[in-house]
Amino acid sequence: MMKKIPETSKKNKASIWRSLRLGLYILIGLLVFAYGFQVTEVNLQEFRKETRQASRVRVTRNLAQPDIFEYDYEETIYNAPFYLPCPVGEVPPQPDLVINSHSVSIPDCAESGGTITIEGHNFPPLSTGYIYLVPSSDPNSTLALHKGDFTVDREGYFIAEITLPSDRDSSEVQYIRIRARAKTGAPHFSENAIATWDKIIETVLMALLATTLGTVLAIPMSFLAARNLMKDVKSPLTSIALSLLGWPIGIFMGFIVTGWLGGISLQFSNHWGIDLLVSIVSLLVILAVFRWVMPRSEEIPPGLALRLARLLAGGFIVIISIFTSFHIAGLAETAGNAIVSAEGMFAFLGNFVAKSADILITVTPAIGGMTGGWILSSFLGRMGQRANERLKSGFVRILNIVFAAAAGTTIFTLFGAAVKWLYEIEDPLYTFTLPAIVGGALGLLLAFLTQPKKSLQSGLFLYYVTRTILNAIRSVEALVMAIVFVIWVGIGPFAGVLALGLHTVVSLAKLYSEQVESILPGPLEAIEATGANRLQTILYAVVPQIIPPYISYTMYRWDINVRMSTIIGFVGGGGIGFLLQQNIGLLNYNSASTQMLAIAVVVALMDYISSVLREKYV
Amino acid sequence: MLKIKNLTKVYEGGVLALDNVSFEVPDGQFLAVIGLSGSGKSTLLRCINRLIEPTAGQILWNDVDIAAASTNELRHIRRRIGMVFQNFNLVYRSKVSTNVLAGRLGYVNPVWSLFNRFPKMDYEKAKKTLARVGIEDKADNRADELSGGQQQRVGIARALMQDPEIILADEPVASLDPVLAHSIMKYLEQINQEDGVTVLCSLHFLDIVHRYAHRVVALNQGKLVFEGLPTEIDDAKFKDIYGRDAERVG
Repeated sequence: MMKKIPETSKKNKASIWRSLRLGLYILIGLLVFAYGFQVTEVNLQEFRKETRQASRVRVTRNLAQPDIFEYDYEETIYNAPFYLPCPVGEVPPQPDLVINSHSVSIPDCAESGGTITIEGHNFPPLSTGYIYLVPSSDPNSTLALHKGDFTVDREGYFIAEITLPSDRDSSEVQYIRIRARAKTGAPHFSENAIATWDKIIETVLMALLATTLGTVLAIPMSFLAARNLMKDVKSPLTSIALSLLGWPIGIFMGFIVTGWLGGISLQFSNHWGIDLLVSIVSLLVILAVFRWVMPRSEEIPPGLALRLARLLAGGFIVIISIFTSFHIAGLAETAGNAIVSAEGMFAFLGNFVAKSADILITVTPAIGGMTGGWILSSFLGRMGQRANERLKSGFVRILNIVFAAAAGTTIFTLFGAAVKWLYEIEDPLYTFTLPAIVGGALGLLLAFLTQPKKSLQSGLFLYYVTRTILNAIRSVEALVMAIVFVIWVGIGPFAGVLALGLHTVVSLAKLYSEQVESILPGPLEAIEATGANRLQTILYAVVPQIIPPYISYTMYRWDINVRMSTIIGFVGGGGIGFLLQQNIGLLNYNSASTQMLAIAVVVALMDYISSVLREKYV
Repeated sequence: MLKIKNLTKVYEGGVLALDNVSFEVPDGQFLAVIGLSGSGKSTLLRCINRLIEPTAGQILWNDVDIAAASTNELRHIRRRIGMVFQNFNLVYRSKVSTNVLAGRLGYVNPVWSLFNRFPKMDYEKAKKTLARVGIEDKADNRADELSGGQQQRVGIARALMQDPEIILADEPVASLDPVLAHSIMKYLEQINQEDGVTVLCSLHFLDIVHRYAHRVVALNQGKLVFEGLPTEIDDAKFKDIYGRDAERVG
C-alpha cells in the first residue's frame, strides 16, 4: 500500500500538469481570437444602425431584381389648370380631363398646404404614373415638383391623395401634371443585359485565349521542371561552358540575320502575287530539302561529308523558313485587311488573319534569335561533349579553364548590362569591369575544382532554376500582373489575356511537372533501352502517360481563368469585371446584379462542361 | 561474344550491387541468371545496356567496350540489344502497334518521331512481328486492354523489332502463371534457336532454368557464386546460391 501512494500522486500530478497545459493552450487560443476581433474590427453596432439597415434593405432588394428585361413605355401627360390657393370669387368649373378615353378628375383649386384627391378612370390596368405640381403658368414647363405616385388597379381606376406645398402660392394659374406610364409590347432585353452579354462573351474568350497561350508554353517548361527527367541529364563542363557561350552569341546572330532577311523580304513584298509565289515556292523547297536532310531512318551512321552537307542544307532551310515567314505574314496581312474592308459577316476572320500576320512579323525576329541561340549552343555543346570524350584529360582541363572563364565572363557582363539598363548606372567599372572579372574568376574556380572528365548535373541545375522562376512568378497574383500589363499594352481585354496567360504558364508548368514526376518509370526505361534518344523517350514514354492529367489540369485552369477574368476588369483588364465595377461605383445595383448573375451562370456552366469533358477524355 | 570483366556497381549510399563479376556469353547461347531477390540480377542485366551506369569494369561486346561508349555510340549499341521486363513496361495508354513500333526508335530519325512517323517498312515489320507472337488481331487495341500473357508478348515483339543480337530478359515470367510462363519462355527459346539471338534471362524457378537454359550464372549478394550447366546445380551448390536456410522444392 505504502508503495502505491507516490505512484497515484505522480499520476495526479501528471494529469494536473496536463490540464494546466490544456488550459494554457485554450487561453492562448482565446487571446489570439480576441486580438483578431480587434484587428478585423468586428462591430455589430454599425450593423444595427438604422442608416445601415435602410441601405442594406435597398441594396438587397436591388440585387434581387437584376436589370435584364425591360418594357417600352408609352407616356401620356395631362396638365390640368389649378389654382393655389383658391382665388377669390368664382373659378369657372373645369370639365373632367379626357385624353385617349382616360379621364382624370382633379379639384380646380386648393388651399396652400392642403390635400387633394385625384381620381382616374379607364387607365391601362396595372400601369403606374407620377403626379407633379407645375408651379408655372406655362403648362409645358420643365419645372415640376414630384408630389406622388399612383398605381392603376385591374379595372383601370386609381385614386391618389397628394399634399400641396405651402410656399408656392400664386394668383396665376398653375398646373397639376399627371404622367402615366403604360407598358407597350413584349418585354425585351435591357441595354444593360445586352452589354452584359457582350462582356461575358469577351470574358469567356479571354479565358480561352489565356488558357491556350499558357498551355502551349507550359508543356515544354513542365519537362524542364520535372525532377525525374532532369536528374539524369549530365554533361561535362566543356560542353556546359560552350553551350552557355553559344546562347548569347547565337541569339545575337539569329536576331541580326532575321532582321536582315526581313529587310530583304520587305523589298520584295510589294505585291500580294509576289508574296504568294515566294511563299509557295519556298514551302516546296523547304519540304524537299527537309526530306533529304532528315531521312526517316538510317541503318548505318552517315559519313562526315554527308553530315556536313546536311548541316549546310539545314541552315539553308532555317534561312528560307524565316524569309518565307515574312512573305506569308505579308500575304496574310493583305488578305486579312481585304476581308476586313469588305465588311462582311466574316470581317472578324479577316481581323484574325491580319492580326496573326502582325504577331508573326513581331515574333519572327525573336524566334530567329532563339533558333540561332539553340542551334549554336547545341552545336557547341556537342562539340564540347566530343572533345571531352576524345581528348586527353590534361587538354580537356585547359579547354575547361578557357571556356568556363569565357562563359562566366560573358554571362556576368550581360548581367552587368542588365543592371546598367535597369538602374541607369553609367559607371563601366560596376557594369562591365567588375562583373567581367567576377564572372571570369567564378568560371576559373569551377574549372579548377571540377575533374576534367567528370560530368556535372546540368539537368538538376536547370531544374532548380526553372522551379525558382516558376515559383517566383506564380506568387504574383494575376490581378497584380494585369495592372502591369495594362501599362504595357493599355486598358482592355488584351492586357487581361496577357496577365492570365502568364499566370497560367507558370502555374500549369508546375502542376504538369508534378504529373511528369509521378509517371511510371518502367516504360521510360523500356523506351530508353531500344536506343531512343531523350526527345523520343519523352514522346513515346512520357507523353502518352501524361495526356489525361494534362487535359484535366488544362480544363481546371480554364475554369479558374473564367473566374479570374470576371474580376480582372476591376483593374482595367477587360471582361465583365469592368462593367461590374462601373455599376457598383454608380450604386447601380440592379445592373450589377445582372452581371453577378451572368458570372454565376457562366462559372456553373464551365464547371459542368469541364467535368463532362474530363469524364470523357480522362 | 559478350565478355563481362570485373563488373562492379556501387549505388549511391554505398550499396554494393555487383562485386567484381566476370563471365562470358558465346553468341547464340541461352544463359539463365539466377539468385535471390536483391542479389544483383536486374542490376547486372541493366548494366549491360547501361540503363544503369556501371561503377567499374568492362562489358566487351564484339570487342567494343559498352561501358565506355559515348552517348551516340550507346544509341547504336542499344538498338541491337532488346530488353524484356518483368512488368512488361508497356506504355499502357498507347496502342499495341505503337508499343511495338517503339522498338524501331533507335533506327528512326528523332525529328520524324516528333510527327509519330516511321518508315513504311517498319509498319510491315510490326505486323509480321505481332503475327509471330500470335496477337496480330490486337494491333489496334490499347496495351492495357490485353491480358498479362498478351502484354508480355507485346514486350517480346517490341524487342524483336530492334533486330536484336542479344535479348536481355529481366524475370520475364515472374508475373505470370506457370502455363503462361512456359508459353512466353517458348517464344524466347524460339527466338534463340531460329534467329540465333543470344538470350540473357534472369529467372526464379529452377524447373524453368532446367527446361530452357544452356548455361547458368548465379549471383549472391552481388558476387558470382556459380557458373555452369543447369544440371550441375546440386544440393550443395543450391545452398551456395540461395543461402543455407533455403529448401529445394520440386
